[in-house]
Amino acid sequence: MNNFGKQRVLLIIFISVALIYIARLFYLQVVDDSYVYFAQSNVLQEQTIYPARGLIYDRNGELLVYNDAIYDLSVIPEQIKNLDTFAFCKVLNITKEEFISTFARLRRQKGYSPWKPIVFQRQITIPTYAAFQERLYDFQGFFPEVRTDRKYKHSNAAHVMGYIGEVTDKDIDKSDGYYRMGDFIGISGVERIYEKDLGGIKGTRYVLVDSKNRTQGRYKKGEFDTPAVAGRNINLSIDQQLQALGEELMVNKIGSVVAIEPRTGEVLALVSSPTYDPNLLVGRDRGNKYMELLRDKDKPLFNRTISAPYPPGSIFKVIMSLMGQQEQVLTPATTYGCHRGYLFVGCHPHNSPLALRGAIAVSCNAYFCQVYRSMINNPKYKHVEDAYNAFYNNVYSFGMGHPLGIDLYGEGPGVLKKATYFDKLYGRYHWQALTTLSMGIGQGELGITPLQMANATAAVANRGYYITPHIVKKINNKANPNPEYNKKHWTTIDTSYFGIVIDGMQDVVEHGTAYVARIPGIEVCGKTGTAQNPHGKDHSIFFAFAPRVNPKIAIAVVVENAGFGATWAAPIASLMMEQYLTGRHDTRKYIYERMIKGNLTHKNDTATATKTK
Amino acid sequence: MTQQQLPKPSRIDWLTLLLYYIFVVAGLLCVYASVYKETNPMIWDTNMNYGKQLIWIGISTTIGLMILLVDEKFFYAFAYPIYVITIVLLILVLFAGTTVKGSSSWIELGGFRVQPAEFAKFGTALALARFLSGYNVNFEKDRKIQLLSSAIIILPMVIILLQNETGSTLVFTAFIFVLFREGLPGWILFAGFLLAILAVLALLIKPLYIIIGLVVLAALFLFLVKRTRYLILITLVVVVISGFMVSSIDYVFENVMQAHQRTRINVLLGKEVDIKGAGYNVQQSKIAIGSGGLWGKGFLQGTQNKFRFVPEQSTDFIFCTIGEEYGFAGSVLFIFLYILLLWRLLKMAERQRQKFNRIYGYSVVCILFFHFVINVGMTLGLMPVIGIPLPFFSYGGSALLSFTILLFIFIRLDANRVNELHSSLE
Repeated sequence: MNNFGKQRVLLIIFISVALIYIARLFYLQVVDDSYVYFAQSNVLQEQTIYPARGLIYDRNGELLVYNDAIYDLSVIPEQIKNLDTFAFCKVLNITKEEFISTFARLRRQKGYSPWKPIVFQRQITIPTYAAFQERLYDFQGFFPEVRTDRKYKHSNAAHVMGYIGEVTDKDIDKSDGYYRMGDFIGISGVERIYEKDLGGIKGTRYVLVDSKNRTQGRYKKGEFDTPAVAGRNINLSIDQQLQALGEELMVNKIGSVVAIEPRTGEVLALVSSPTYDPNLLVGRDRGNKYMELLRDKDKPLFNRTISAPYPPGSIFKVIMSLMGQQEQVLTPATTYGCHRGYLFVGCHPHNSPLALRGAIAVSCNAYFCQVYRSMINNPKYKHVEDAYNAFYNNVYSFGMGHPLGIDLYGEGPGVLKKATYFDKLYGRYHWQALTTLSMGIGQGELGITPLQMANATAAVANRGYYITPHIVKKINNKANPNPEYNKKHWTTIDTSYFGIVIDGMQDVVEHGTAYVARIPGIEVCGKTGTAQNPHGKDHSIFFAFAPRVNPKIAIAVVVENAGFGATWAAPIASLMMEQYLTGRHDTRKYIYERMIKGNLTHKNDTATATKTK
Repeated sequence: MTQQQLPKPSRIDWLTLLLYYIFVVAGLLCVYASVYKETNPMIWDTNMNYGKQLIWIGISTTIGLMILLVDEKFFYAFAYPIYVITIVLLILVLFAGTTVKGSSSWIELGGFRVQPAEFAKFGTALALARFLSGYNVNFEKDRKIQLLSSAIIILPMVIILLQNETGSTLVFTAFIFVLFREGLPGWILFAGFLLAILAVLALLIKPLYIIIGLVVLAALFLFLVKRTRYLILITLVVVVISGFMVSSIDYVFENVMQAHQRTRINVLLGKEVDIKGAGYNVQQSKIAIGSGGLWGKGFLQGTQNKFRFVPEQSTDFIFCTIGEEYGFAGSVLFIFLYILLLWRLLKMAERQRQKFNRIYGYSVVCILFFHFVINVGMTLGLMPVIGIPLPFFSYGGSALLSFTILLFIFIRLDANRVNELHSSLE
């Protein structure tokens, strides 16, 4: 080979290599367009913008629930470099085993990629966050992320507000792709019912990221971005001060207080005791705290106000008085004698005989057994069943025997049986008024939730109608748009029959069984109840409204196993009404102090029992 | 120094100089593009890569100019001293070097890092040219000369290999083309290629199968051709040597090479698919180039480079920037210009009357070609990831300076070719 040939060999090699490379370039750049797609997915990142959750205020605009920053510790596993595991675990206050098991758990998670950020530890504390922030450089690959969680300004109204938590797989499936793993959602209370309003709408931002996942700019100047829509603020109908007083008065008692504004159906206070501090169900410890509350044998998570049916006891006599008149078996002048009771139903000593107003005032059992008997044996109806069905419909029209439709989850229907129930129990035509006589005095096959009691009082206060009780007054400063919360539900009772009954209720407070509930300067109408219950001591019950003219508040109080209605329930209701109507509850200090010192829980019973030993 | 020994401007090869500056400026723009941020556009910052690179271009131009002004006899006279100095520097680095990314081949010099391995290239080229152009030297015939010239090449290779710089070591194999030009039999070059193919096969298939295959092929060959004793002997020797080669390659691969080098080769050979691991560089590089399309995304518009998806983008993977921002058209233009430069240098080498100049010229061509093949081939996923720069383009002071010196010495030698008639050297 001569030198010219050698030169040519080299040149041929150069050009061959060049041609091979150009062919390769042609394939990569012109033929195969998948690289364009890869390049896009490399740099384009879809980021979710979380909207601020709506705030919750009370009826007077006082802030109850707000958002608080929390810090999650995230990690991009691939970016971990020279990690001092010992120091890391020390800062986070975890053991090496926990560190290892956390990583093992993350790796098993669906969609795990060592190049994607993943939450290593949720909701680290502020001191941990601070300590971590200082040593960020030492822990490459780890970084804190800010989210918001709920914070409650007061420790009240836990049952009303409910709480939020991370979405479950079921929520994600139901949401048609809206919710993603780790998102927050309302789990109970107003947070759950009004999730759509409070939650807002998530936005999307397309950003360009570099290889380290660091944001480098907006994609097409944000052309394809959608902004997040902040959650709507909500005003509860709850009066924070009243609610707080209710919870204070109910401390160490089991039971409920429900207060309603009769004209609007707005719930002013909803106390289920025992309650819990809503701030417990926030943050990393939510799960443990929840289990603790769940195991508590007094069931603080159980919302008694809307779920627990109680025998109404004597407060039912108010309804009886109205129904008797409507069914034409009773007039204000009707008198019955009472000799310490009627048949198998006992009564306490009082003047006898009495007309309707007096019978209400002293709560005569015999009187209302007679009324019940004449109602069921009403000759107007062919059969007992028909008469009972009329009774059923009348009671039903007061909002009993079915859920009222309050904007909270878990509302119970109470107990109200149809005639067919007794047919089954005793056989058709084999039962009559005397068989079910105790219903005349609010015992037997009757169960009413505290909410239904308060609602019935409101119906009496309104002289014939109620508006479905509700918790949310305004959304985004506009009235609750649910038309149900604007509609009058008329009872079966003519307005004209209410006067004499309300007279009787006023007598109850002024010189009857609930003298203790009297508020100087305000006409209070109420009725006590002492409901027998097979499981223990009688329930102390009281319902009332005030003032008599143009009523502002209707209230029902149930204190479980506390004895006479006048002993506990009536004073509590009285203090509540005074607070709401006058803004103070300290005019009768002795009652207030007796109430807050009253300890009726079995927990402390056993405590004192061991002490006395 | 007499006046006639200074180069006349008309004697300088302006095309080469022009191509040099096209590459240097284009390279600077690519380096700028690879650090550019839309959120924070910078015009001038000497702390950034492109600022440093601009300083290096200035330094290189100055030194290049100085080279053009030096008496051409200087390079012949000082070829050995320069070689010795670079070897000493290389050895020094072994003991006093700074370790960067696993290779201890750097020396800190007042804020700039210098890599003596880069300078060893033209040192070796000078020494080899001087040695082979010596009086009465016959490379083709003299075994001793062949061994000594191999030694000149292998000595720096060994030291650089000790510095853990596999890439720079391999560059010296480019000298085989120079030796080919100077009389190395073509079959050795051919055998070299065969060995390379065998080596690749050895990594793909178990050595035993290759040896069996070789034996079968040899038997077939001997069966088909007219058997002479000489031919049988040659075949046997080839089979034995190949078998030994294959086994030793396998041994070297498993026991001598480092884990990351093994994975790189495995990924290249398609034995491992690991897009997030060792194949990441190549995959990202292919994405960057592939997304450029026919016409490219335009200057500063390459998202893959800008957002650092391609590792080492301003140094070893600078070609990605060309591919992404200037597309197929720009890439082809680049390759064309590069081959044009190589062709031009080849022509220049051949027109030299002095052996020293010619051998040096060939060295320049071969070194530049080797860098081009490996560097561009690696960004295209055709060559293993061997960290060597793209001459004149890649960010890096010592690389740019050493390539400039390498090239300008040849321009200087070429500019004097007319004076050769009066020369008494040959």
